[in-house]
Amino acid sequence: MTEAVTIEARNAVKAFGQGDHAVRALDDVSIQIRKGEFFTLLGPSGCGKTTLLRLIAGFEMPTSGAILLDGADITELPPNKRPVNTVFQSYALFPHLSVAENVGFGLTMQGRPKAEVDRRVAEMLALVKLETMAGRKTSQLSGGQQQRVALARALAPQPKVLLLDEPLSALDLKLRKEMQVELKRLQTETGITFIFVTHDQEEALTMSDRIGVMSAGKLQQVGSPKDIYTRPVNRFVASFIGETNFMNATVVPGGVKLGTGDVIEVPTTRPGAVTVTVRPEQVRLVAAGEAGAIAASVKFLVYFGTDTHCHLELADGTEVVARLQSPANGEAGIESGQSVGLRFAPGAAQVLED
Amino acid sequence: MSAAEERIVRQSTRNAWLLSLPALIVLIAAASGPLLIVLVYSFLTPGQHGNVVWEFSTGGWVGILWSQDIFTQEWVLADAHLTIFWRSLWLSLLTTVFTFVVGFPTAWFIATRPLKERALWLFLITIPFWTNLLIRTYAINEVLRKEGLMNTVLMGTGITDTPIEVLYTQTAIFIGMTYVYLPLMVLPLFAAIDRFDMRLLEAGYDLYASRMQVLRRVILPIVKPGIIAGSILVFVPSLGAYVTPRVLGGGKQMMIGNFIELQFLQGKNWPLGAALSMLLLVIVMAALLVYVRYANKGSSTHG
Repeated sequence: MTEAVTIEARNAVKAFGQGDHAVRALDDVSIQIRKGEFFTLLGPSGCGKTTLLRLIAGFEMPTSGAILLDGADITELPPNKRPVNTVFQSYALFPHLSVAENVGFGLTMQGRPKAEVDRRVAEMLALVKLETMAGRKTSQLSGGQQQRVALARALAPQPKVLLLDEPLSALDLKLRKEMQVELKRLQTETGITFIFVTHDQEEALTMSDRIGVMSAGKLQQVGSPKDIYTRPVNRFVASFIGETNFMNATVVPGGVKLGTGDVIEVPTTRPGAVTVTVRPEQVRLVAAGEAGAIAASVKFLVYFGTDTHCHLELADGTEVVARLQSPANGEAGIESGQSVGLRFAPGAAQVLED
Repeated sequence: MSAAEERIVRQSTRNAWLLSLPALIVLIAAASGPLLIVLVYSFLTPGQHGNVVWEFSTGGWVGILWSQDIFTQEWVLADAHLTIFWRSLWLSLLTTVFTFVVGFPTAWFIATRPLKERALWLFLITIPFWTNLLIRTYAINEVLRKEGLMNTVLMGTGITDTPIEVLYTQTAIFIGMTYVYLPLMVLPLFAAIDRFDMRLLEAGYDLYASRMQVLRRVILPIVKPGIIAGSILVFVPSLGAYVTPRVLGGGKQMMIGNFIELQFLQGKNWPLGAALSMLLLVIVMAALLVYVRYANKGSSTHG
């Protein structure tokens, strides 16, 4: 992967409505998406991720700001003049055309010679493994097959960027897992920059090279899946991606002091009251009273098979969840009501910006 | 299938036929019966003062295209008839095309309104149906005539000095028919556009189609069943139109409908009138067959 920027949004603002009723669906978002990467825009519904995608596709014009493709300003270009194609959430396949005609639509509109269109359509259908379906009507296909046609149709004109608007949300779980692998394969094979929109954090973590987390029209954090998971910058990102524990604390020399009086060693620059977060799998249980351990009592346990979530209460009433490997059959496990000590894995505790 | 099940199926089939018997009787008596009479009359000899003489003759059918010279008794091609047929066909086609050109944007406009407003617009479209056709046609007459609304406005605003004489021309018939049949075009077009998935527009633009290409390659093929339905609904009654050419064409610009009337009343040539009616029926049936074929093709497209 090179570091060259393919798509860039500069201070993009999109407001809907007029005057006092205006709602900023996208509030001053700047982002750089690199050539050939699998980039995911992640956030809850209404966070502005689809709006950003539609600005890049050209379906919406930004209220202010600019969209750049390979350094050139394309803000004013209509969708049919942009080398960017979209896989729609509803697929939006043309019902009056066959599978092959759907896949060839973009190439035909570009005025490519028929022989080239036919060759490219055959290639694309082979790529998504639908060679035998070329003559079918799209309504005769299953959801997963329609998804593949939509992918082949968007990839056929060899766009510089492929936009995917929650394309897997209509599929059942098993098919979704298959398509996740399939998408990753297509992206690697074609080398095209993918911008993938989803509200499913697991999907984002497993598929992306980088993730942009969005909330309330703003970009909260951009980074690799590991960065986002292990170094969330704020409370929203920490809680939206994976499960986590929050604890109130105050900054003291060398670390932060929890409400219980225990001091944790965490690098921090900000003085005053802060929020500390630790992932449940980074919480270790030790014997009660062990030196340096935080005293806690087990409230209840939730069994998940491979692991068990142990809900604990600290002395000041803060609730902390520890994710423990489930004990083997016959092995004595932790029981509710038991007093324990807890430790955080080295470097696991994070101080959040807000 | 067991014998008992078969008996039940047979029984229910018989019941279905019995239940539809009244409808079938009415259909045969009210639709096919009169048609048969017309068909029989078209092969009879015209009577002296209208009516028919019960004597076989193909004169009615021959008379559609040829007429006998009174003095020389020679059969010559009836130019006047051909003019009427041509005018009917031409005006009907023109009306169909023009109602489509005006009706399509109208239907699109209505179909893209918010759901609550849509009912109001559709209601407005159907308002003309509340008034008798004859009265509406006379209203158009009132608008178009020399001292009418149109010329008053045109001359009052100084756009023209002399009144435009539109009334009793083919243009007047065309205007009248377009007005009368426009709703019949708009409603099926609306129904088709309403079912159209607007997201396909974005898919089209996204795949490098210009606005015109999206219209031609995406919208029109998908709403085609509605276009065909609307065209048939406008073309068929236009072809047989009677009131509009009578009131706005002033009897000078006859169409087939007026021509048929003429044979039964003044012309006193009932077999010719009957033959003309049958001819009109055949043309309409042919148009409907085309529609059924295309509509079936359209529906299989949508699975």
